[in-house]
Amino acid sequence: MIPEEKSIREIKFGVLSPDEIRKMSVTAIVTSELYDEDGRPIQGGLMDPRLGVIAPGQICPTCGNDAKSCPGHFGHIELARPVIHVGFAKHIYDALRTTCRRCGRILLPQAELDRYIKLYGRLREKWPLLAKMLVTVVKKRASKVMECPHCGEKQYKIVFEKPYTYFEERAEGKIQLSQFEIRERLQNIPDEHVQLLGLDPKEARPEWMVLTVLPVPPVQVRPSIVLETGIRAEDDLTHKLADIVRTNEKLRELLDSGAPQRLIDEHWLLLQYHVATYIDNELPRIPVARHRGGRPLKGLAQRLKGKEGRFRGNLSGKRVDYSARTVISPDPNLSINEVGVPEEIAKVLTVRVPVTPWNLEEMRKYVLNGPYKWPGANYVITPDGRKIDLRYADRKRIAEMLSPGWKVERHLKNGDIVLFNRQPSLHRMSIMAHIVRVLPGKTFRLNLLVCPPYNADFDGDEMNLHVPRTEEAQAEARELMLVQYHILSPRYGGPIIGGVQDYVSGAYLLTSKATLLTLEDVVDLLSAAGYRGEIPEPAILSPKKRWTGKQLISLFLPEDFNFRGRARVSAGVFACENEWCWNDSFILIKKGELLTGVLDKKAVGAEQPENMMHWLIKEYGSDYARYVYDHMFRMFIRFIEKRGFTMTVDDVALPREAKEKIRVILHEAENEVYEVIEMYKQGKLEPVPGRTMEESLELKILDVLSNARKRVEDIVVNYLDPFNNVFIMARTGARGNELNITQMAALLGQQSVRGERIHRGYRGRYLPHFRPGDLGAAARGFVYSNFYDGLSPVEVFFHAAGGREGLVDTAVRTSQSGYMQRRLINALQDLRVEYDGTVRTPYGDLVQFVYGEDGVDPMKSAHGKAVNIDREIERVIGWRT
Amino acid sequence: MAKQKKFNILEHELVPEHEIVPPEEAVKILKELGIAPHQLPWIRVTDPVARAIGAKPGDVIRIRRKSPTSGETIAYRYVVGY
Repeated sequence: MIPEEKSIREIKFGVLSPDEIRKMSVTAIVTSELYDEDGRPIQGGLMDPRLGVIAPGQICPTCGNDAKSCPGHFGHIELARPVIHVGFAKHIYDALRTTCRRCGRILLPQAELDRYIKLYGRLREKWPLLAKMLVTVVKKRASKVMECPHCGEKQYKIVFEKPYTYFEERAEGKIQLSQFEIRERLQNIPDEHVQLLGLDPKEARPEWMVLTVLPVPPVQVRPSIVLETGIRAEDDLTHKLADIVRTNEKLRELLDSGAPQRLIDEHWLLLQYHVATYIDNELPRIPVARHRGGRPLKGLAQRLKGKEGRFRGNLSGKRVDYSARTVISPDPNLSINEVGVPEEIAKVLTVRVPVTPWNLEEMRKYVLNGPYKWPGANYVITPDGRKIDLRYADRKRIAEMLSPGWKVERHLKNGDIVLFNRQPSLHRMSIMAHIVRVLPGKTFRLNLLVCPPYNADFDGDEMNLHVPRTEEAQAEARELMLVQYHILSPRYGGPIIGGVQDYVSGAYLLTSKATLLTLEDVVDLLSAAGYRGEIPEPAILSPKKRWTGKQLISLFLPEDFNFRGRARVSAGVFACENEWCWNDSFILIKKGELLTGVLDKKAVGAEQPENMMHWLIKEYGSDYARYVYDHMFRMFIRFIEKRGFTMTVDDVALPREAKEKIRVILHEAENEVYEVIEMYKQGKLEPVPGRTMEESLELKILDVLSNARKRVEDIVVNYLDPFNNVFIMARTGARGNELNITQMAALLGQQSVRGERIHRGYRGRYLPHFRPGDLGAAARGFVYSNFYDGLSPVEVFFHAAGGREGLVDTAVRTSQSGYMQRRLINALQDLRVEYDGTVRTPYGDLVQFVYGEDGVDPMKSAHGKAVNIDREIERVIGWRT
Repeated sequence: MAKQKKFNILEHELVPEHEIVPPEEAVKILKELGIAPHQLPWIRVTDPVARAIGAKPGDVIRIRRKSPTSGETIAYRYVVGY
């Protein structure tokens, strides 16, 4: 049965009137005591059973329902004296300022008022936003009038002191207005005038904003908890309400006994404080109400506000069942589509499977295995909907009774589909579907190639796993969310999944010309890759049979695949412009044969658009792409594992000759800096347009030093062995770059804070080791040393200053970009591209006439363009030279 | 009052080409998009460009502008009051 569909057309907010509060109340609360000696709730106390029952088995004395269906009922407190509702303090201030202190009318001439009232009525119908504008205009104008145009009464300036005190500034001084007076004045405002203040007099009379009766929420809203020790702990709201009742009763007593005014005022103020902090405990200028332990109490406002509040914490987002979280670790032997799930977790997460004649035997086995033995089952659901817990049931009997129509909540097993997620979920690729592989151990295992989309590493990262439970959800996950369908990023159309670090080095070393493989190597690599097929003819037959790495790669390429492109190592002396080049850095694939060129980051790396992998995926589909990632890539790490790969300090050791050259360059640079400074001091320096002399000097010095650094870098690159492991990593893009190597081997270079040379510190100098006013390179954070030789203490200090800025920057940037992301997503989340190519809101309002102005889906595009003409021509006519 | 207009903003290189769409054509465009006029993006009559081409509330403006992704695109605006 489908319940009748109801839709909300509008919501109206108003202020509860005292009468309404009394009407909806089931009892007045008159005592701050909660329970009697026997621990039973007191009638007329805050835990009065008439306010609703929450303990199972009890029957509500008000509605006659049991705990499950009793909605709870409000009570009320009759306040001995009125108090300001802090949430409305601002509105009260507005109302007081704009109305006459005697006759209560808005302080504008009658004629003008009549006109506004008529205009307001018309505007509200058609332009509600404009009506609001009118209200602000009325308020602004009326608050300036100092004499009532209706009764001629002189007005005083009203001063509002946050959070709930009001004064009148009279000639004799500041006179405080009592809540009584305030309420009386608000009461005097006629209904039409209330309208002009932006309130609907039927729903929200201004005097209702001064409380005379306080509603007491039902116990469902503020349940008490029983601790293990058996002691009852009451909710914050109950504590606060008890405070209110206590002061209220005390105040009433004082009033009845005719106590001195001073004492009464004191308690009145206390009551006001309690009521205010009950509503909002983060008010400015008043002390926060605290527990005995010193923990601030949670007011009503605190329950709703902020990230953990009701809206963001419980309505926009919720805690979910069928989820798991643990540390992740790598497993290159899994497919990119898989995730390793610890057995312990697989025994808790369940899938509900209907029993059919075809799976009956299997389900029986699960039931017999029970909840503690994997693969088993935790619950069984009978055809009449009863849920049987297999922990306590006679499993043999139930297994026999099992028949079609029953359902089994069985453990997660191999082949199930789950969603896998790593926060922050900035992407759609931050949540992808994986296929379960139950493994020993306590961590989630994932293929290293899916690290880039999740931005995961294994330094302690944790990830979440969710089990889709319905067949529909499982099918959607499998067909739409599986990792292999997310290899191409919708951001730029290139592959976001790809090799990192060792995969890149391994691919380079394997495909390098220097690598010749024996039969044993070939067999080992191919079996690691899971290759089934024939071993190709060796590239070298005599004197010994040897294979090249390129031959092995070719085994995984489609027979009709052609590709040409420069490798990343194609730089400097190893640059290649075309296929006729000895440096082996131009990738040439003809009819599925890797002829020349090495594979490096450009070819197999993640986030490299328009590379070899990109075209493979685009032209041969995601199933094939998965095959390549699962098998060919395994060969890369197998090879680097066999060969061994490491780095040593000697990899960044420079020969004496090179060091001498660097010394000379630095010496020249230093002299040049001093020359520039000298010119500056003599005022001969040519200023850069739009800059001061000082700025020009800084720019000039930075320029000189960075040129020197570049020259040093060239020397380093020239002198280091291009086949040492550190350099291989930098050249292939596996890790680090030439600058990093220069910093290790030769020169750390200029340290900076806020993009300037480091200068803040002592007067005229950064550290006391320099002369005041020294503008030289060393005094302003230029580090001549390198990591190989070590830094001087002063240099370390400069380096630390620059390094800290980096840390601070990342901390600040993440929080700022996180907030920006949140706002963007909230603004864009409901837009969609319709079939006609337009972008529209759910109401059908147009946002873009053609998606992206060209109607191109970046994920299906060739690096942002709809088609890559060269590539298409090549595909049609075959090979082009 | 503001100073006299010194130049025609329509001639500025950053201002794309705007023109008022004749009503018959506007109806056709709206029908093609399957929307009511107020579902188009809005432009105020007080907008400098709307003033410059003399648009009235209820008009539809066609904007032909250069686009980094597609060379040239056409967008429409619905002129609203206030």
